Amino acid sequence: MGQSWEVGCPCTAHVKDCMTKVQRLRYAEETCYNGTLVIKAISSGLEIGACNWIINSPKRNIAYVSGSIFDSGHAMDFDYHALQGSDMILYSDCSTLLTTEDNEQSTSSDDNNNWEELTKSLSNNDESSEEREKIAFICSCAIDSVKSGGSVLIPIDRIGVLLQLLEQISIFLNSSGLEIPINIISSVAEELLAYTNIIPEWLCKQRQEKLFSGESLFAHVELIKEKKIHVFPAVHSPKLLINWQEPCVVFCPHWSLRLGPAVHLLRRWCGDPNALLVLEDETDADIALLPFKPMSMKVLQCSFLSGIKLQKVQPLLKTLQPKLVLFPEELRNRVRFTNVNTFSVSHYSENETLRLPSLKESSELEIATDLASQLHWSKLKHRNLNITRLKGELLIDQGKHRLLSGNEQASSSQNKPILHWGSPDPENLLAELSKMGINGHVEQRMTDAESDEACILHVQDPNKALIEVRATGTIISAANEDLASRIFEAIVNVLEGI
Amino acid sequence: MAIECLVLGAGQEIGKSCVVVTINGKRIMFDCGMHMGYQDRRRYPDFSLISKSRDFDNALDCIVITHFHLDHVGALPYFTEVCGYRGPVYMTYPTKALAPLMLEDYRKVMIDQRGEEEQFTSAHIAECMKKVIAVDLKQTVQVDKELQIRAYYAGHVLGAAMFYAKVGDTAMVYTGDYNMTPDRHLGAAQIDRLQLDLLITESTYAGTIRDSKYAREREFLKAVHKCVAGGGKVLIPTFALGRAQELSILLDDYWERMNLKVPIYFSAGLTIQANMYYKMLISWTSQKVKETYATHNAFDFKNVRNFDRSLIDAPGPCVLFATPGMISGGFSLEVFKRWAPSEMNLVTLPGYCVAGTIGHKLMSGKPTKIDLDKDTQIDVRCQIHQLSFSPHTDAKGIMDLVKFLSPKHVILVHGEKPKMATLKERIQSELGIQCYHPANKESVSIPSSHSVKAGASNAFIRSCMNPNFKFSKSGLEEKSDSGSQGIKSVPWMQISDERVSEGILVLEKSIKAKIVHQDELLHMLKKQKHEVQFAYCCPVHIEKLEKTETTDLIPTTDVLSVPDKSSLIKPLLEKLSSELSEANIRDFGEHLQLESFHVSICLKDNCPYRITNSLQNKWKAAFFCCSWSAADEKLAWRIISIMESCNSTAN
Repeated sequence: MGQSWEVGCPCTAHVKDCMTKVQRLRYAEETCYNGTLVIKAISSGLEIGACNWIINSPKRNIAYVSGSIFDSGHAMDFDYHALQGSDMILYSDCSTLLTTEDNEQSTSSDDNNNWEELTKSLSNNDESSEEREKIAFICSCAIDSVKSGGSVLIPIDRIGVLLQLLEQISIFLNSSGLEIPINIISSVAEELLAYTNIIPEWLCKQRQEKLFSGESLFAHVELIKEKKIHVFPAVHSPKLLINWQEPCVVFCPHWSLRLGPAVHLLRRWCGDPNALLVLEDETDADIALLPFKPMSMKVLQCSFLSGIKLQKVQPLLKTLQPKLVLFPEELRNRVRFTNVNTFSVSHYSENETLRLPSLKESSELEIATDLASQLHWSKLKHRNLNITRLKGELLIDQGKHRLLSGNEQASSSQNKPILHWGSPDPENLLAELSKMGINGHVEQRMTDAESDEACILHVQDPNKALIEVRATGTIISAANEDLASRIFEAIVNVLEGI
Repeated sequence: MAIECLVLGAGQEIGKSCVVVTINGKRIMFDCGMHMGYQDRRRYPDFSLISKSRDFDNALDCIVITHFHLDHVGALPYFTEVCGYRGPVYMTYPTKALAPLMLEDYRKVMIDQRGEEEQFTSAHIAECMKKVIAVDLKQTVQVDKELQIRAYYAGHVLGAAMFYAKVGDTAMVYTGDYNMTPDRHLGAAQIDRLQLDLLITESTYAGTIRDSKYAREREFLKAVHKCVAGGGKVLIPTFALGRAQELSILLDDYWERMNLKVPIYFSAGLTIQANMYYKMLISWTSQKVKETYATHNAFDFKNVRNFDRSLIDAPGPCVLFATPGMISGGFSLEVFKRWAPSEMNLVTLPGYCVAGTIGHKLMSGKPTKIDLDKDTQIDVRCQIHQLSFSPHTDAKGIMDLVKFLSPKHVILVHGEKPKMATLKERIQSELGIQCYHPANKESVSIPSSHSVKAGASNAFIRSCMNPNFKFSKSGLEEKSDSGSQGIKSVPWMQISDERVSEGILVLEKSIKAKIVHQDELLHMLKKQKHEVQFAYCCPVHIEKLEKTETTDLIPTTDVLSVPDKSSLIKPLLEKLSSELSEANIRDFGEHLQLESFHVSICLKDNCPYRITNSLQNKWKAAFFCCSWSAADEKLAWRIISIMESCNSTAN
């Protein structure tokens, strides 16, 4: 729950203008950039709408993996199966940098490339039960506080954590028989809460099941109706002032404790030893709490899972079977890749360009059937090769190269070879010419300037003409078009060409 | 390979939509509907045509359901639970959420009202829905390695989708029912411009062009208002979902504006619970409805409440939504029996009713008595209002879609035979697209497109991307409009950049075909290029050339007795430029160039290419040495003839 962009902020227009430039995609919707790149967003499980990216180009299929969660309590799960088939994985989940988690590399899993084992090790839901325990722990602390008459302030901006806490705290309050109001103070809360109930396509399986059985996606919809949760746009809202009662549980921005309702409420409660402040571990509590010292209020700091655990990195990459993995340099010492992997690993670091080997040497090109049927094949004399000249319109669309037959019709002139190789033997050429009724004789001589040997053929009949044959080229000189083109034909016949 | 299209339902009729399409060996069933007009086995598609051994799991790769209407999904529980198909079934999120409601409602009607043996149970519906994989719009779903499907917004009802399916190079779209114009709560159908071999489209209104529906909505509201103002009761038989919500939005809005207090009821089968689904699925509605979700969800009806059976005979006006839509039984028939005999009451009918239903009987003429069965007869004195707005596209919409997608073939389903035939003719004559309208159990086979695949070298791809600028000069004389400036010569240059994709396709035994640039070919063959060129040393009558020149230029050349030979290039350029107006001759001072044609003054006394010796030097001749390559043969000889024309006109 951030600050509202709607009111007062001079940058509102900029934000709105910026958003008009954003193209919105659904999960697994393909979009094409510049005809060559096909881009797809695949759910990462971190948050509602959070995603990893698949970028396919004619040359390379790349998957960009950021902070991902295998089993989410609210957002659609990390769909890692969709990332299979990428040539290269750009691994960029650096969430573990902030944790002190040790990578207990179980050597047993290294030798084991068994598919089922791998999938099993990825989909074990230890993490999600751990996360649920954290939420439950926060709730029980909150209950303890309100029981002793203290209020609870939760300035956490993670939507997933917020939505689950809302559900769980009310269950805890209910089972403890407590009638304590839960307040959400934020200018965007109403819209946000309404929004989370209309996006089943973006949520995890369990939430989607709620849609199919006709229940609300999140419990807050009913809790608001039952007046157990109250939503206020600001701390000075008249409705809040009228209905205010303590102890209570308050969700509000901002985690920095420098702006929003949190500042006012902390001032009010920081001296109360029964009150509780719940903070995320990522905030530096010492600095955040400095203005409110001395603090009698209890402070609970929690860290929530925000990425792939280190011990799952290798099983994941093995499952995805890329050819190449790009891994952050910062994590080099935390994840040691063994040599038994089928992929190669390069480490990248900030502001440094990494040159990657090319994975495909040629792009695939599709030739339209009508064009392919018009081809004139010619077989080469010395090698078992068939070649044909190909002309069309290249269309690059959806990452595919397609050659379509162009507008211009294949005229006869196009069938004439324009590229020649080999070198004509003067005697053969004379023979070929005489078949056409052209007669002449050979005059051998050395050219002066270049040491290139030239051979001159003089044609007398039917008209005067000259043919100058060198190793790399032949020059035809005739005074009329017909003769020149007949001589040309004879030369082409003794050469190879296309 | 080809596309084989077997029509199991909705062939030259409306009802039990079901088409089985085989694309390059992959078999997809589009829709699995039931026919509301039949009570016998004709109500279901004849599934035995798919597989004689009834091994449906191997015969089909997947089922795709376009929307939750019974004529599109009604036979699904029967097919999965009774016939035993266990493969994947795809539908959109709203369809997965709403289809079981429709099926359950129908099942109840069947057993409660007709006392029929049930074709499937509640448990069947639940089990069937477990097999369904929900998809989002535009989500590209990989059914297996080769088969890809994708849903596009179709309008028609909440969650209705057109489905795109692709196997290899072959692609098709099955539209299901769709609407090309937005309505009160849904947007218009939307699809990408796809390359298709086949489009299978509905054609309910193949022969109709509809005007704005707002006038018809007003008519409907007026009729309802008039009835309730006179103390009458309005019965609106509808399908459980879709039309009910659309009309509720319409009525709720009207009630607010007109400040009406008359109750609007939803019958039990239609519970307000259904609205719960609509509220969660609001992102599938029209833009306008979507935008208001935060403050007021459009499916939170203020004036709508649940109906109780005891209210049927309660005094006073009311509006009641009841299922089923065509009064084929169930609660709507029960209420109809009680309300039809009073002139004060009003019954609305949907735009289309299947033959055999009471709705259909009411539509055809104005009957005063309806025989329900041997013993029961209903007096019909109430008003009848037919809803003429329908969530189907009209003929114009179908034509627009076909034109937009420009598929290679079109198959019409879900329509009435004579109208389909007319539309088929239009598609063939106006759009030049092969069109079919097969009957049930008929099969249509169309060829599928394939392209030849080859590897393309980088040099070839790069050469295709290279700009290929062509400059052509035009010295158009334009009359300026004002006239004051008179005729002004406006020389302009046309620059075109038609990129040429030209390469060489190389086929070697047992190696994949490869396209290379021609320079690469020689490298591949380890051969050296042999250039064949033409050369000709052309004599030109200097005086003649100069004469054409001096008329335009300052007569400096007259002063010189023997003109500087290199200065002859300029007059030649002028001469050629005037004769070849479109060509862009490049002037390099010493020589001129046009494409590969190259001309310069020949200063040699004995040029080997000076072939013509028949000329007697009666006049002062200058020699221009020309060279060109085979590609520009025609052009070269044209230029030479221009140069030589100076000679022929000399004496």
